[in-house]
This record gives sequence, structure tokens and C-alpha cells, in this order.
Amino acid sequence: MYGNLFSRDLRAELDRLQRDMQQRYELSPGIRGLGRGGFPTINVGSTLQAVELYAFAPGVDPASFDVQVEKGVLTIAGERKPAALGTEEKTMLHIDERFAGRFRRVVNLPDDIDAAAIEASYRDGVLHLHIPRLQAVQPRRIEIQ
Amino acid sequence: MSETTRTAAASARNDATLIPPVDVYEDAAGITLYADLPGVPKGRLALNIEVDTLMIEGEVMLDIPAGMEPSHAEVGLPRYRRSFTLSRELDVEHVDARFEHGVLVLRIPKAAHAQPRKVEVRVD
Repeated sequence: MYGNLFSRDLRAELDRLQRDMQQRYELSPGIRGLGRGGFPTINVGSTLQAVELYAFAPGVDPASFDVQVEKGVLTIAGERKPAALGTEEKTMLHIDERFAGRFRRVVNLPDDIDAAAIEASYRDGVLHLHIPRLQAVQPRRIEIQ
Repeated sequence: MSETTRTAAASARNDATLIPPVDVYEDAAGITLYADLPGVPKGRLALNIEVDTLMIEGEVMLDIPAGMEPSHAEVGLPRYRRSFTLSRELDVEHVDARFEHGVLVLRIPKAAHAQPRKVEVRVD
């Protein structure tokens, strides 16, 4: 009856399919969202001593980053300005794929990290957070006398 | 400027790459392209213009401590590649490129003969 009014369009179907896949493969989608596909994209790795987080945020003024940790929740916020265009009147935009505007991403951190000792650096458009684990929790080798 | 489908040359290399997002603006004097290539140092960015194809390639280099186990990855490949077909009125001899904080800005001017010219209409 609603066939024409709510016709399935291919794009919406693909979006649904993508979300469906994410639901299936993301083991525990957090309450704060699926955690994928936002800006900046994030890769995380860990060693015995620290958690290393890489946020791919090209073209951001380093001063605009706002990184905070509160109760084990890390927030990376900031703003990326749209490309500065000349004052030329007849400028045409042919392709528009890059993100512009304010962004915020939230990541749950493990319990054993030392929030006071986080180091952040920004190089080649990647914000790297070095998040050390608490000394007490690090595995220690016990010498046998 | 139109995007080419994956060329035979690219697929022959048989390695998957990320496709960097771009913005392309055009004004009377030329085309400006912005491309996001985060993680690529200057020395690992390659720009090639061959006949009428512009190829942008970059390799991601991060400070990764020894023994790190990846636990979550949204950027799944360490390489970017994207190519564009340039049209003939663009002056590929005078391309200007800047690369800062992982954003490539390319300015491709139009050849002098292709600049817009206003045609005067005379009424006799």
C-alpha cells in the first residue's frame, strides 16, 4: 500500500547493511555509539606498559585539540576548519568528501591506566596518545632465590 | 577532472590501499585539490602526473612501540592511493603542492589559452 511512498532505495539499503555488519562484528558496541566511521578515525594498540592510541585527524590546528580523561573515559574533541577558499566568485565545488567542523570522539579506557601520565603528540596529521599503565598493575617477574 | 576507475597498473600491483577523501574546487584560474593523508610523512608522499593522469600515493609511518598488539583498528591499511584524470586545459607543468599536518593541497592552474575570455558583442 505504501509501496511508492516508502520505496526502498539502494543507498538506504546499503547503509542498513553496513550497520548490520558492524553490529555483527563489533563484539561489544558501546552505549556511546558504534564507535566507527566518525572523525577522526582511531586505531588502538597495547603493550604491557601502555595503551597507544592513534587518532587520524589531518589538518587540525594543534591548539584546537581538547583531550580529556574523566573516570576512565577519554574524550578527543576539536575543530577542523573548512578549506580556505579565495574570494573568487565563480568557485565551483566538484568533490566534497572531507570532514569539516567540530568533532568529538569518546573512548573507554581500561581500568589500569595512569591518566595523569598521558602524553600527546601531533605529527603528520595523527594525534598519538601514549597512555601508560599503572606501575602496580604491570606484570613483574619474581626472582627465585 | 574525472576520477578513473582502478587502472590495470594499480590492480597489477595487487595491494589494497585506502582511498583518501578529497575536496576539489575550481575557479576561473585553475583547480585546487585537498586530500587527507594522515600519518604520511613528507618523504613518503608521491605525486605523479603521467600524460593526463594524476596519481597520489602515500605510505603511513607511525611511531609504534615494539611488541604492540593492535586491539582496535578503523584505519586498516598503511597505504593511500587515488588517481584522477586531468583535462587538457590544465597546465601540468605549473602544479603547486603543499603538504602540512597530513593534508595535501594541490593547485593546478589552467593553461593561459584556456583562461576564460569575455567575448565582446558588438552591435552595429
